[in-house]
Amino acid sequence: MSTTFASNTTKSPLAERLDIIVTPIFAGLLAVIGIAVWLYSDIDPTTAAILAPEKLQRQLVQTIILGFASSALVIVVAIPIGIAVTRRGLPRLKNFLVDTLGLAQALPAYGLIVIFFSFMGAGINTVILALATFSLLPVLRNTIVGLEQVDQAVIEAGRGMGYTKRQVLWEIELPLAVPVIIAGIRTAIVINIGMAALAFLVGGGGLGETINSGLKLDRSPAILIGAVMVAILALVFDFLSALAQRYLKPKGM
Amino acid sequence: MSEPLIRLENVSKSYPGTNAPAVGNLTMDVYEGEVLVLVGPSGCGKSTTLRLINRLIEPTGGKIYLKGEDVTDIDSSVLRRKIGYVIQQVGLFPHRTIAENIATVPKLLGWDKVKTSARVDEMLELVSMDPAIYRDRYPKELSGGQAQRVGVARALAADPDVLLMDEPFGAIDPITRDRLQNEFLRLQQDLKKTIVFVTHDIDEAIKMGNRIAILREGSEIAQIDTPEVILSDPADEFVENFLGSGAILKGLTLKKVRDIELHDIPALEMPVMRDEALRLLESSPEKTAVLLDKDHKPLRWISEASLNRTTQPIEKSGKPITIDLQPEDTLQDALGVMLQSSVGMAVVVDRGGRYLGCCSIESLASLIISDSGGQAR
Repeated sequence: MSTTFASNTTKSPLAERLDIIVTPIFAGLLAVIGIAVWLYSDIDPTTAAILAPEKLQRQLVQTIILGFASSALVIVVAIPIGIAVTRRGLPRLKNFLVDTLGLAQALPAYGLIVIFFSFMGAGINTVILALATFSLLPVLRNTIVGLEQVDQAVIEAGRGMGYTKRQVLWEIELPLAVPVIIAGIRTAIVINIGMAALAFLVGGGGLGETINSGLKLDRSPAILIGAVMVAILALVFDFLSALAQRYLKPKGM
Repeated sequence: MSEPLIRLENVSKSYPGTNAPAVGNLTMDVYEGEVLVLVGPSGCGKSTTLRLINRLIEPTGGKIYLKGEDVTDIDSSVLRRKIGYVIQQVGLFPHRTIAENIATVPKLLGWDKVKTSARVDEMLELVSMDPAIYRDRYPKELSGGQAQRVGVARALAADPDVLLMDEPFGAIDPITRDRLQNEFLRLQQDLKKTIVFVTHDIDEAIKMGNRIAILREGSEIAQIDTPEVILSDPADEFVENFLGSGAILKGLTLKKVRDIELHDIPALEMPVMRDEALRLLESSPEKTAVLLDKDHKPLRWISEASLNRTTQPIEKSGKPITIDLQPEDTLQDALGVMLQSSVGMAVVVDRGGRYLGCCSIESLASLIISDSGGQAR
């Protein structure tokens, strides 16, 4: 899993390919471990109850929904803000936002979920909002960096040839910022899927329930299988984002 | 001259928080079909002045007219689509192919696909790039010189009357720059665009400009005139300093070999008898002759001394002639050839390579003296 923050866009093709090859291998290894645990460890009735397939399936779906919803929220919020603060006249707001959100990320996710819980009560919405707050920074920061790293000469040429400011944004700046923005989104998705394991704390469900039950009832196979499933899920999403990053990158770059 | 195509009237630009304006009260006319070069030390406001014309920078005072129309009455994006713009860093769109880059303005103007595509090919050919090879390539696959060719093609694609060029060849290696400059001058002979060209390089200014405006701090015009007048009659000390010590040498790029009187050095046509050659050399004041082949092409410098020193056949005595000049070459080229030549002279040939005469350093010097004498006040 590669967590790229303000990641560089000039990866060598080999590194990019490794990205796409290595992640599935890791996911496969983890799957093997999970299956081995399932097959060879001592599954008593309690463990079996924790690991009931319909339960796991529900939790899996919940985790995916949590990850998706919070990531979608982040994208919808962070990219427009990133665009807005890189227009002229808002450098102070930009720095303020990046600093504040950096603070939010410095908090443990656990604490953030609890803070949101104390305002919003239990439920899936609390988790989605807390996760979105936590993972806003990578997307916002990458949007800002992505837009700011666009060669000023290219923008100047675009303006000089008669593109309006809006056309410069849509035709030049955003396409050229896409690789960096997607790298940020990828980070956010992986964070969100991983953190969704904490959703059970405030009644948000998810695979965290299995891990938690395993811990409470002292059933290591349950803990392991729950953790492996969270990890595989995060890797799968990282892989899908890596594919998106690869194929959405503008040609010629 | 006729009505100016571009007219700047008392134009000024100052930025808040700075004392001295970037451009202070500039009045300047640009006439149709001319190349006006703005040249000056860095920070003198020449680029700012250029960008005021297409309103990438809005003036804080004064008026700018394009074909008699106040440019502030036109929407700035619409205005820019009518004006070609070339910058030093080129600024090709890296995510678009060469063809798409060149098609930028035609697309903005709503040209149909067939017309645009034909125009793209025409433009590529204009800047000597094979459309079949380059059309679908991306900018990162081009060298610096090729990228700027595409930059020029892109600026010319919608056939604007006016072209603004901001140090277009500034970031290119000297050899390629020279070639691009020459090609550009050749293009301009046919295209007859109205061009405002910014550079900090006085040599480039002299080479490219029909007129040169030498600017000092705040885009104040120190002198605006043809290169010939500026070189022979600089307005003040600032201009003189800016031209540097080599003003006379720079002036040599403006004159051609055909402008000077050719020295009549006797020619010996092959096959030639030794006695005949010696007799001729005897009568020649320089004691030097040019040996020609059957087609009147110069082969060697023959001198009396070299003939006497050896018994070798005449076509092996003396010094070989390796470089020659044509009447269209500049006097600067001529000077270079003369300095390299063993006899301090250069052979001038016509297009077919046939001997016309020689030019010597003396004739060059007398031309320079008569020139500066004629134009000094």
